[in-house]
Amino acid sequence: MELLVCIKRVPMVGGRIAVTADGLAVDTKMLGFTVSPHEECAVEEAIRVTERHGGSVTVLTLGPPEAAEQLRDALALGAHRAVLLETDGREWGPAATAAAIVAAIRDREATAGRFDLLLFGNEAADSADYQVGIRVARALGLPCVTAVKQLEADPAGGPEGAAGRLVARREHRGATEAFAVALPAVVTVKEGINLPRYPSLPGRMRARKAPLDTAAASFTPDPLERRKLRVPTSDRKGAEILGRGPDAVPALVDLLDEMGVLA
Amino acid sequence: MTVLCLVELDEGRVADASLRALRLARDLAGPAASLAVAIAPPADPAALGTEGPVLAELGDQGVATVLLLETDGLAPGAYAPAALARGLASATAELGAVLVLAPANTHGQEILGHLAAIADLPFVANCTTATWEEPGVLTLTRQRWGGSLLEDARLAAPAALLSVATDAVTPAPAVTPTTPTVLVHRYRVEAGELDVVATTEPGESGGVALSNARVVVSGGRGVGGPEGFGELEELARLLGGAVGVSRVVTSLGWRPHREQVGQTGTKVTPELYLACGISGAVQHLAGCQGARHMVAINTDADAPIMARADYAVIGDVSEVLPVLVREVRARKERAGR
Repeated sequence: MELLVCIKRVPMVGGRIAVTADGLAVDTKMLGFTVSPHEECAVEEAIRVTERHGGSVTVLTLGPPEAAEQLRDALALGAHRAVLLETDGREWGPAATAAAIVAAIRDREATAGRFDLLLFGNEAADSADYQVGIRVARALGLPCVTAVKQLEADPAGGPEGAAGRLVARREHRGATEAFAVALPAVVTVKEGINLPRYPSLPGRMRARKAPLDTAAASFTPDPLERRKLRVPTSDRKGAEILGRGPDAVPALVDLLDEMGVLA
Repeated sequence: MTVLCLVELDEGRVADASLRALRLARDLAGPAASLAVAIAPPADPAALGTEGPVLAELGDQGVATVLLLETDGLAPGAYAPAALARGLASATAELGAVLVLAPANTHGQEILGHLAAIADLPFVANCTTATWEEPGVLTLTRQRWGGSLLEDARLAAPAALLSVATDAVTPAPAVTPTTPTVLVHRYRVEAGELDVVATTEPGESGGVALSNARVVVSGGRGVGGPEGFGELEELARLLGGAVGVSRVVTSLGWRPHREQVGQTGTKVTPELYLACGISGAVQHLAGCQGARHMVAINTDADAPIMARADYAVIGDVSEVLPVLVREVRARKERAGR
């Protein structure tokens, strides 16, 4: 099976997130960068599918030149090819991002053949727009399942003319929703679908030297115009200490009773 | 002018997440615009009858019109996101709605995502507030990084879609209740829009759903190991709640990922969030910031969770929790509950 995984480079924010002086960006001077968590799982899932059924994994990102680092991380884990849609570092909105990805997919499919499965993270750790994968699916006329926590791809199944089928499962209000969909399809996955592996040393060596397919992406502004980023303030004074150890339990139970949660 | 809100039912009532979205939708409609809701036909048609609670609940919210989205090939109660988005697009066009809102949960967000693509509209996810700056221009705030960061922004668009951060908006009734009019809105799906339909399988836990739980008893690394969760389960059961966990607990394989509370797990909005042995990383707090009350049990009085919690017990979970379970059980028995 031929798989595409779209990933996003995001800063590794630790405790409190710092904002730049102009209030327009996260201050990343002291931060490293990583692949957004849901997308790390998308890469892992794609590699597992090819380990089982053969084929190859292409990773794609839209980002600054430095996003090559995240593509190489994916290559080190076992992805086969990497595509960088290079920006000038400005932040793109979801509609423009989806349009650029669609153009890149059409371009590749024209020469290299069709992707059978296109994986995205359910939402990026920073912007959480929850729509890039869906917009891409609709533009390409493909079915789309989101928030997926379990995936079984079967290249042999599906109706006549399909590239196979998949069954995707997710949680919804304590129950499981299952979707059976013909391939090709778009699936956006959530953390928990798998536990991503660590890269091997040979994998890292290979990834360092692997060629990246780079194309420039020209910026389209988003109708959402940022005015300010801010860390939410709280009027909380910090916790009132009820006591230490088991001796504090009677006071705690009184409190639970007052809150009305004992009934 | 009309503001349209997508509403889902949960066990024959308006879902809590929908009530939260309706609050922002009603504020945006204001006195000048009409508030309409769109609902997919429920499995039980009586749920929308005058005898059931749903219409009264929607009336309490100030809803003027209820559109029942019907199409051929989609059975009542069935969930097909692409088709429902088509129905919403059709309803939006008929009403001339300038805004469509939905809760920022899986169903709400994916339906708005499809609608954004169908109608070529901007979709702003995880909004906490929104007001009109002038007609066609919204001033809004939305969550980034799961709510650890807020973005103030301006959106100039003749029509737009907003998902509502359910942990930041609390439900409230309208000042002036209404008697909603129910209209059947028939729409036609396009090719492929019925290809993705959910089949519901029973949950694995069988207990209270984490996302709706009134009480969440949550455990972190400080619980000590998988065996320590027996006490948390028992306390959750006694309080009619659900067990939650921090990310490290699922990474260590102590508990299944579906119990994870946080930015990449489930977002919860309980009356009580009891954090046992959880230090309180921002990614975790992003999932429980909507809790009404938070109590922490932790050995470290300086852990970040202490800044967010309302009350705390300083101590080891393995020592405090068994006593707490015993005392809660005794108190409930005494009260005959």
